[in-house]
Amino acid sequence: MSGPLTDAVRSDLRLWLAQRASAAVLAACVVVHLALIIYAVRGGLSAAAILGRTHGSLVWLGFYLVFIAAVAVHAPIGLRQIVREMTGWRGRSLDAVAAVFAALLVVLGVRAVWGLFA
Amino acid sequence: MSDAPALSVKVWRGREDGAFQEFAVPQRANQTVLDVVTWIQRHLDPTLSYRFACRVGMCGSCAMTVNGRPRWTCRTQVTVVAGDGGLSLAPLANLPVIKDLATDMTAFFEKWQRAGGRFRPTGTRADEFASVPPGTPERRAADAGIECIGCGVCHAACDIVRWNPDYLGPAALNRAWTLVNDVRDAGGEARLAAVAGDAGCHACHSTESCREHCPKHINPTAAIAGLKRATTVALLKGRL
Amino acid sequence: MNLSGHRAHASYGAFVVHRLSGLALAVFLPAHFWALGTAIEGAATLDGFLKWTDQPLVKLAEIGLVVLLAAHFAGGVRLLALEFLGWRAWQKTAVAASAGFSLAAGLLFLLNLGL
Repeated sequence: MSGPLTDAVRSDLRLWLAQRASAAVLAACVVVHLALIIYAVRGGLSAAAILGRTHGSLVWLGFYLVFIAAVAVHAPIGLRQIVREMTGWRGRSLDAVAAVFAALLVVLGVRAVWGLFA
Repeated sequence: MSDAPALSVKVWRGREDGAFQEFAVPQRANQTVLDVVTWIQRHLDPTLSYRFACRVGMCGSCAMTVNGRPRWTCRTQVTVVAGDGGLSLAPLANLPVIKDLATDMTAFFEKWQRAGGRFRPTGTRADEFASVPPGTPERRAADAGIECIGCGVCHAACDIVRWNPDYLGPAALNRAWTLVNDVRDAGGEARLAAVAGDAGCHACHSTESCREHCPKHINPTAAIAGLKRATTVALLKGRL
Repeated sequence: MNLSGHRAHASYGAFVVHRLSGLALAVFLPAHFWALGTAIEGAATLDGFLKWTDQPLVKLAEIGLVVLLAAHFAGGVRLLALEFLGWRAWQKTAVAASAGFSLAAGLLFLLNLGL
């Protein structure tokens, strides 16, 4: 440990910063995603229409991988904070559950993106 | 004495476990809630415990919960807050209750110390007077928060304090921010470390109940945001 | 949920909306990824799922999700501005603007559904 922060406080600070940084990334991603959804839903959705756009597109692959990474940071930290404030649950076990949720989002997210790209 | 119906006033009696006791108080023109409490104690029940001092909105001693909101009772007009249901008076939230309407403010002031809310001087009597231009951004930031008189209203209004008893709270953090911006102060990284983390500024969710209720119109949310920025910069520069 | 007394003001409402919308989105996301992941099994499976979403109740839920996402986004932008730009004078206007943005997004979505 260097500097005046304890390890616990340093960890708090890093989580807070990760939450804000991922929020900034998500702000950009969400604008694109909302615009896309609102546009794409005209005339109904079909697999052909969606896959036609995403299949083989490195741009969409890259965009959604960044989106998934940011969500996998942002959502678990947010949920963990809600649980810590509204229930008595805190400590290592809660941190572990949050990490598992993050992993779940990455796995399911990458699977979905791959399904649309490949 | 007016012919208006008596005001129904429910007053908390006891400690954390206790109950509301109802009194009927004659209504008068220009009555403050402090007038009402004082009337009850002098005419109906001398065992009622409450605090006040200046009674003119300068000391903050009379702060308590009036119809669900923390206020200074000496500056709260009965006609403004009473409504049909009358008055409900309880001690300030988020502090231990000594008796009835009086709380133990020790924890509130201890948080002030833990947040590094004490001025750390750099000058000596051999130095010239410190020159502090009033128009600089730092001085304006400090000036926005130095009128705090430690009444505890913001601390009582804050739900983060309610959910996290370790949270330093708006008043202590606001004070720390005024000192961070004081060019004469030597608090430095130690104070930033003191206000960081889950018990510090990073627990604030900007619900702004503090700003909403502060009788001095101070904005602790803005001060806490300043601390968030200052600690972030210090962390990223490797100073924390 | 108690929103009375010291909680009865705009910024507290914004906090509640931000927290609840975040919670709802976090619960929704794994299901969203799972559904899209059916595309791995081919276009036909994805089409089958998309047909299921054609029901009015599902469409209503989708509108709700768009509004929740827009609300969480707008509230989040307000927070980032408050914390990093020290933006003060526009607080209440920002809350109102966030609410307006969310409803606008939901409405646009609704209109584009052709309903």
